[in-house]
Amino acid sequence: MNNEIRIINGIVFDPTNNIDGKVVDICIKDGKIVSEVSKSAKVIDAKGMAVMPGGVDIHCHITGPKVNLARKLMPEDHRLDPHFKTPNTQSGSGGIVPSTFATGYRYATLGYTTAMEAAVPPLTARHALEEMYDTPIIDNGFYVLLGNNLFLQSLIAEGRFAEFKEAVAWWLNATKAYTVKLVNPGGDEPWKGHKNLNVKSIDEDSKATDIAPRKVIEAFIDAVHELGLPHPPHIHCNNLGHSGNYDTTLETMKTAGDRRLHVAHIQFNSYAGEVGKPPKSASKEITDYVNEHQNITCDVGQVMFGKAMFMTADAPLTYLLRGYKKEKWVNADTECESGCGILPFDYQGMIYTHALQWAIGLEIFLLSKDPWRIVLSTDHPNGGSFANYPLVIKLLMDYEFRKVAMRSVNQKAMNSTILGELKREYTLNEICIITRAGPAKCLGLKDKGHLGVGADADVTIYDMLEDKEEMFNAPRYVMKSGQLLIADHEFVSDYTDKKVLRVAPDYDKEIEKVIKPFFDDFYSVNYQNYAIQDDYLHGLGKVIGTKKKNSIYEN
Amino acid sequence: MSAASKDIKVVNEKIVENATCTFCGCCCDDITLTVDMDKKVITKAKDACVLGKSWFLNHVIEDKPIARIAGKEVPLDDAINEAAKILMDAKFPILYGMSDTVCEAQRHCAPIMDDCGGTIDTTTSVCHGPSGMAFQGVGEPTMTLGEVKNRADFVMYWGGNPAEAHPRHFARYAVTPEGMYTPNGKDDRTVVIVDIRHTKTAGVSDIFLQLKPGKDFELLWMLRAACKGVDIPDDCKDICGVEKEVVEDLFQRMKNCNYGVIFFGMGLTMSRGRHFNSGALMALATDLNEFTHFVAKPARGHGNVTGADNVVSWQTGYPFGVNFSRGHPRFNPGEFTTVDTLSRKEADAALIIASDPVANFPKPAIDHITSDKCKLISIDTKNTPTSEAAHVSIQTSTYGINTGGTVYRMDDVPISLRPAFDSPFPSDLEVLTKLRKKVNELSKKANRPYATKKYM
Amino acid sequence: MKGQLILIPGRSSKQGVGLNKGKLKEEYIRVTTTLELSFEDAQELGLETADIVKISNHIGETEVQVKVLKEGKLPIGYAFIPYGPPSSCLFDGETCGTGMPASKGMTIDVEFIKKGVKKKTALPPKTAVG
Repeated sequence: MNNEIRIINGIVFDPTNNIDGKVVDICIKDGKIVSEVSKSAKVIDAKGMAVMPGGVDIHCHITGPKVNLARKLMPEDHRLDPHFKTPNTQSGSGGIVPSTFATGYRYATLGYTTAMEAAVPPLTARHALEEMYDTPIIDNGFYVLLGNNLFLQSLIAEGRFAEFKEAVAWWLNATKAYTVKLVNPGGDEPWKGHKNLNVKSIDEDSKATDIAPRKVIEAFIDAVHELGLPHPPHIHCNNLGHSGNYDTTLETMKTAGDRRLHVAHIQFNSYAGEVGKPPKSASKEITDYVNEHQNITCDVGQVMFGKAMFMTADAPLTYLLRGYKKEKWVNADTECESGCGILPFDYQGMIYTHALQWAIGLEIFLLSKDPWRIVLSTDHPNGGSFANYPLVIKLLMDYEFRKVAMRSVNQKAMNSTILGELKREYTLNEICIITRAGPAKCLGLKDKGHLGVGADADVTIYDMLEDKEEMFNAPRYVMKSGQLLIADHEFVSDYTDKKVLRVAPDYDKEIEKVIKPFFDDFYSVNYQNYAIQDDYLHGLGKVIGTKKKNSIYEN
Repeated sequence: MSAASKDIKVVNEKIVENATCTFCGCCCDDITLTVDMDKKVITKAKDACVLGKSWFLNHVIEDKPIARIAGKEVPLDDAINEAAKILMDAKFPILYGMSDTVCEAQRHCAPIMDDCGGTIDTTTSVCHGPSGMAFQGVGEPTMTLGEVKNRADFVMYWGGNPAEAHPRHFARYAVTPEGMYTPNGKDDRTVVIVDIRHTKTAGVSDIFLQLKPGKDFELLWMLRAACKGVDIPDDCKDICGVEKEVVEDLFQRMKNCNYGVIFFGMGLTMSRGRHFNSGALMALATDLNEFTHFVAKPARGHGNVTGADNVVSWQTGYPFGVNFSRGHPRFNPGEFTTVDTLSRKEADAALIIASDPVANFPKPAIDHITSDKCKLISIDTKNTPTSEAAHVSIQTSTYGINTGGTVYRMDDVPISLRPAFDSPFPSDLEVLTKLRKKVNELSKKANRPYATKKYM
Repeated sequence: MKGQLILIPGRSSKQGVGLNKGKLKEEYIRVTTTLELSFEDAQELGLETADIVKISNHIGETEVQVKVLKEGKLPIGYAFIPYGPPSSCLFDGETCGTGMPASKGMTIDVEFIKKGVKKKTALPPKTAVG
């Protein structure tokens, strides 16, 4: 079977290789981009179309235990959005939290071929891997929740940094994760153990926490730096969602010094104003810091009007938000490791706070100077579904459209922002950076996000349309690892040879002797049954190399 | 002779450490199995409870055909082809069961029904199905069992009998273990049992509330009202059989604990009120978070029913009772649940996997499934009334004893199994993989318009 | 010697053990055909442990063996039976739109048939102390 493809006449966007809208041929063989193919290669004529690498979602919630709880919670939402079976694909349910099959297919129909699950507790990581196997087409990986891990926190508190670093490496291996995720570090203990309290400052060293969040953050930044992971710690900052939280965000970023840190859904952490009162925009303060510090990357977590689902390890926040409408609510505590809150939500343009959140996200996009360090995300489904990405793109590329959109939402909120004054319009090349090239670079995925020789042949071809939402909503062709999946907007085949991306840093086996007694005492599963076997990757695992460093000062 | 055979026995003894028992939802993963590899039996199951011991020690490789059609032995592939053909030809095929097998096998079930436009349902629908429906309505604050061990100082069992249904639940997770913030084990906990019968479970309680049968909702609602500042009514005893003072004391304890948990059983879901009962309990646990940290959890039962719930949910969006006849999943308990599709005589083919409706279902359902109006296909590890009544019967190896894979504990924690010895019978995974492939082939051949078929 | 009671089927550890030995084996059959009655009801109906009775309702009927419990173990007017084929004979297929048959709390008639043989397993269980 000939597995060669030549894409001709397409207008290629490949920012990594400095190709900005030039007509060049793209050749594919054996799932990779190559410099030349034989004459018998299948030819796709992309005349008048934009050719881009497949999209990379750096932060979404699509697989794992909390996602499945949220799925179970929303039958009324699935009912409104069925995902039909086709001769080549399976059926599923859509809505704000689609079923696994529907999730894979729907990402593909937006031209996305990689999506990283942003928060999985180690104890239930098997579940996430099992769901990934049932999520077709897209490559996945996940970030493992370690920020509220009681064992790791006690090592930090006792100043046993060397052991801490080894334990982090052990956990990454045991769970087959891609990097470390910190969510509201230090916030679980007051929530679970002190009658639903929360931490209020990253320097709070109260009885409830034992350890200040800043110390936890610092330790993880150092450890991940030394382990040389391809992606730095991925942090959901303390005080997320609260007015006046931008200070905490700035302090968190300062804690990193000049070491790398990824701030997740930074929009939710860019609020000025007083705690307990309606927020104000602090997009300028936040983007100023990000613009000046090359070591910081972030994704936006754009809020979009309509249905959303809070689904986060930040349990106290979810409970707080539940207070507004007393909607159905799920809380799920994971022993020694994490908390979790789930709450259906609805962002409405007429509500001041929601409109302001929407505007702050757009301001952050428009004020940031380096598109390589700011990634498009809606923190799916927390800020809205990933299905909103085309609309976000249109808002960024079209100033006039933005102005019209601003008129239909809460005017008090609009008057308190500078969004109306920001006339910048993203170019196609910049869109290609914030949806593909940039996130791939932030993740350290050298084979993704570009179309240079040797890259994975994940390619999307869009009709060049005036309306950018329409354009990005339905690629004409999508290829995954060189296999044609969508042709003329229809699925022509299913793809199941997807990859699970992970890291496997070396660690000192002696650390298991330190970890095991803690398991024997405080876990409900046996230590020997905790680490995940390779079977769970179903032969689809792909290890991304790490570059170990000898100290935090080495780069 | 005896000395020689003894020697062989020593050589062929195998120890499996940290094995997991899949009998009840506790999934204890600390069992040490001693296996006689010659006789292919487990001779010891250290640390297993009475149910676990009987699960492991009674497992023998039976001398039976792998596959039978109409009682006659056939090659496995013939049985699979026949099963696939029956499912494709049927107007209203149903798939039911899945509780006693691993997730890897369960994963093939929904796609099979997707391809033949059938209905999939798990044993959840006659177990904690109503709790699943209640969850959709009110949500649930919940936890993994280790949190109970480490933190819970108030533990309540409502309408369940773990002493008999989940024998190690007390010792491993909820009553006696010494945890991080419960260093004195049972002394640090208040244990409350609510039931209509004075069961073995009631024996371990600090407080036992013997409720009037069918009055669970009333008591739950009184406690919910109490959370909102409403007094417990004076005629409390007449309403639900428990003294007013006892309920008042109970409420104070719930409110003032540090970490409270309620486990609830089928006493709630199977009696009058069903999902309203579970819903009231989950809502009560939610309400109590106004005062303290409070969680609830259905004490889910048999085998890997929790895994079946999870798999069907992630594949279709719904936990049980899912129909594919319109080319996408639809959920409607009461319509697509198995007791109903059988009692109403709608199903004309039934694929029963690792469960036994012929023994457990209501009589009208049994009458239909065993009649000639409904072609019965059974995939099971043991001889059961269902496998005996089946037109196509496939015998498989037993999960957790002969095959590995994943099961979900009652608290949604996935655990990997460690098989003890091989079986001549194929695994559920193998059989279902083949069946899925065959059904998929037939469905492509049939080339039916997906959105307009059969049952509408 | 005929009366009406409310039947509550449920799980028991003996039923679970019997199930593992095999559903077509004697132990499982014996366990699932044992009907537990309260002390008071047994007196009222003139029944004692090991009696064989017919239990029936509008769905079906079956014969089971009686086991009389100590006072206070079961509320008066109620009977308990482990899940199994006999209890299934009495379940209605109506699920009231839930999928779950009303399998706890159905009204049944109890009628004496004959005296049975007392077995060791028919003694009331010890109270568990944990």
